[in-house]
Amino acid sequence: MRLLTHNLLSSHVRGVGPRGFPLRLQATEVRINPVEFNPDFIARMIPKVEWAALLEAADTLHLVEVPKEPIQGYEHNEEFLRKMHHVLLEVEVLEGTLQCPESGRLFPISRGIPNMLLSDEETET
Amino acid sequence: MIDVQTKMAERAVELLCVPEDKPCYVLDIGCGTGLSGDYLSDEGHYWVGIDISPAMLDEALDRDTQGDVILGDMGQGIPFKPGTFDACISISAVQWLCNANKKSDVPAKRLYCFFSSLYSVLVRGGRAVLQLYPENSEQLELITTQATRAGFTGGVVVDYPNSAKAKKFYLCLFSGPSTSIPEGLSEDTEEEKPAKSTFTAERVPYRIARRGVVRKSREWVLEKKARRRRQGKEVRPDTQYTGRKRKPRF
Repeated sequence: MRLLTHNLLSSHVRGVGPRGFPLRLQATEVRINPVEFNPDFIARMIPKVEWAALLEAADTLHLVEVPKEPIQGYEHNEEFLRKMHHVLLEVEVLEGTLQCPESGRLFPISRGIPNMLLSDEETET
Repeated sequence: MIDVQTKMAERAVELLCVPEDKPCYVLDIGCGTGLSGDYLSDEGHYWVGIDISPAMLDEALDRDTQGDVILGDMGQGIPFKPGTFDACISISAVQWLCNANKKSDVPAKRLYCFFSSLYSVLVRGGRAVLQLYPENSEQLELITTQATRAGFTGGVVVDYPNSAKAKKFYLCLFSGPSTSIPEGLSEDTEEEKPAKSTFTAERVPYRIARRGVVRKSREWVLEKKARRRRQGKEVRPDTQYTGRKRKPRF
């Protein structure tokens, strides 16, 4: 599971709503995977990224060189885009857990696949 | 030999009408082993897949797909922030929502939960193309009703409607202002054969035609019998005795 996906994942447990974000990440196994750089895509995803959650996740994974906030005119700043590309798309979490901040419910991550299945009681009515 | 799934994925992406050369963030519902996802990656898009079967997702891992996959039940909602995805596709998955696997499952509720959460995770003006195999027209109607309730506009595109084998249903949903849905493919492309009936605003002047006829006359009886025949009801044949003046005894 890449950090971009983690940044956009939200808990859908009943009654949580918008407070189900961001999911707290705990990782025991991480992998770096090279991915082709596409500046258009990264530039378009920057506005959607939640920076606080990204910084927290990067901190948990002990990543270095993570920009603290979007720079003015980031669409043309290739260095900035490359750093974001590395953080968002090249870092994969293979084993770990995601925790819903509101309900405390844990979603396990196994082989890079987060398990978001809910039980009957937790499903939204 | 191109797989059927890949061909359907290609058609679904075509129906999405995303601008060329613009990489999108796409949600693949019921991604399975990632066949449709591979097609998305080939087109330069980034995608996230969601599927309920761990076995299929393990297979997807073995195939080393480029998108992330999530183990989840679409009937419980899509667990993403609002406005995450530019588009969504689904190949042969949505009809499973109509099956009630557990006694507590109500298909209509699960469908509504799925469509309303899908509406939320798409950006404003985002599109979703869902290829599905509806069992019958009631099932298709149930699905489209729940999609409309969730706020989507759009319609069903039917490819090759006259072929039992090649017939495919694509539910095209738009989350923004309504636009026209694309034409379905058909075998004879030379003939301009409309798949839907043409509606005209012309009203048949029925009442005016009936006003001239005297009630209970032979003409009136014949007209009524013809009307019932048009309605498909069983009517006795017209003979020389139809509407005959009876003796005062009647």
